[in-house]
Amino acid sequence: MLPYLDSLVILVLVLNFVALGVTRVRAIVSSVAAQGVLLGLLALFIHADLAPRRVIMVGFMVVLKGIAIPRLLLHAMREANIVAEIRPVLGSMGSLLLGALGTALALLFAHTLPLADEQKRLLVVPASLATVWTGLVILTTRTTAIVQVLGYLVLENGVFLFGLLLLSAMPLLVESGVLLDLFTGVFVMGIIVHHISREAPGAGPDVSARTAE
Amino acid sequence: MFGALIQSGLHIAFAIAWPPLLLGVITRTKAFFAGRIGPPLLQPYYDIARLLKKGSVLSDATTWVFLAGPVAGLAATLIATLVVPLGDRAGFVSFPGDFLLVAALFGLGRFLTASAALDAGSSFEAMGAAREMTFSSLAEPALLLGFLVLARVSGALDLSDMMAETLFEHPGQQGAAIALMFMSLFILLLAENCRIPFDDPTTHLELTMIHEVMVLDHSGPALGMIEYARATKFFVFAALLVRAIVPIAGDRLWADWPLFATGTLAAAVLVGIVESMIARLRLARVPVLLLSACMLSGFGIILLAR
Repeated sequence: MLPYLDSLVILVLVLNFVALGVTRVRAIVSSVAAQGVLLGLLALFIHADLAPRRVIMVGFMVVLKGIAIPRLLLHAMREANIVAEIRPVLGSMGSLLLGALGTALALLFAHTLPLADEQKRLLVVPASLATVWTGLVILTTRTTAIVQVLGYLVLENGVFLFGLLLLSAMPLLVESGVLLDLFTGVFVMGIIVHHISREAPGAGPDVSARTAE
Repeated sequence: MFGALIQSGLHIAFAIAWPPLLLGVITRTKAFFAGRIGPPLLQPYYDIARLLKKGSVLSDATTWVFLAGPVAGLAATLIATLVVPLGDRAGFVSFPGDFLLVAALFGLGRFLTASAALDAGSSFEAMGAAREMTFSSLAEPALLLGFLVLARVSGALDLSDMMAETLFEHPGQQGAAIALMFMSLFILLLAENCRIPFDDPTTHLELTMIHEVMVLDHSGPALGMIEYARATKFFVFAALLVRAIVPIAGDRLWADWPLFATGTLAAAVLVGIVESMIARLRLARVPVLLLSACMLSGFGIILLAR
């Protein structure tokens, strides 16, 4: 186990707040990409043995989360002429406070979950719960489809973080399957956003606003 | 005895002579990133010396408060440098609860600077004073929460023992709490010293200024003192940052002081890089970043308390 694991997990939490606090789509994409890369590195070093299969899987994950998905989203942004500023239902201050509340509760009460003793001491569990919460906040308080997808990615990062604890019990192949599903989802979303933008230029990618009408 | 004398001498020498150099390093770093040569590293010293030689222009509307601001502001930051441990084990003055004195001294300096701005009778300067006070209401809790993290980790209430705990000596959750405090302190360093993304010390674009607008009516020696106090305040924050991550025992004269000096220079370079990479925040977004600093330190305390 990494001696400074908790300090690295803290960075994941900080990136959650960056994603909640910034107002530019590109900045959120960068923070989610950085979070993906960080989680990949954590997966690589959380256990002492470095099996070649794990290295390959983690490498695949880092490339997907850190490079492929962000590039795809930025490409979709360019193609669909998505405005650079997000249009949140809840402002940055409210989002940050909501995120802080969820994170504080996760930090305070995560140890009450029925976990193994050595896992109760780690920050991984509260950080994963906080990350899932952050993803949910982004998903529900942002109106543009592309930012909602980013919220979905943050949510998945939280699930992945929790999965790190079960790394020895759960094959990485299962996790990579989930990741592939996610990639397909983002890919399909990119195409949909592109088509909406092409067919109805005035409508833009504001999916929730369209469905609400 | 002799060792303690040398330590004290070095502490005072560093506190007085080192701060303007850090501002010079920031300017040179920004110039490097912009592809320019930039002014000499010692330019802030020349500027302060030039201002101290000049005469002052004082408005008839001002009272003694107008001059008390720069003088007391400089005195407050210089006293703070004596309390914060630099390359030595303890500060020049050390007692339980001294971290509160540091926070209070910054508060006092801010209050008197804002009072001097109000004393000038300009509504424009009053606007700057109002902005400064609004933002400090978020910055001060973040600073105190950061100090509380260190107090909790070290179990002590004096800065000399609190700053003896560094990130790398505590790999677990205590280290994570110090890491959070470090990030919070870095945001505060930028906010309290009017650096980008909060404020730009080089701009005179009226509507966006916070700190600069308060000192627009000052000139000559008073402005020199304000510039020197600004450098000293940056130095104090840089010292706190360096001591939070660099293990400085304070008993190795030959190693600790060079380590501290290098650390403060690295902090200045880091600020220069940040300023080169990001633009100023919109004024309405400044509280969001300050709130983030509060939250980071707050999470540090929750981590330690759980």
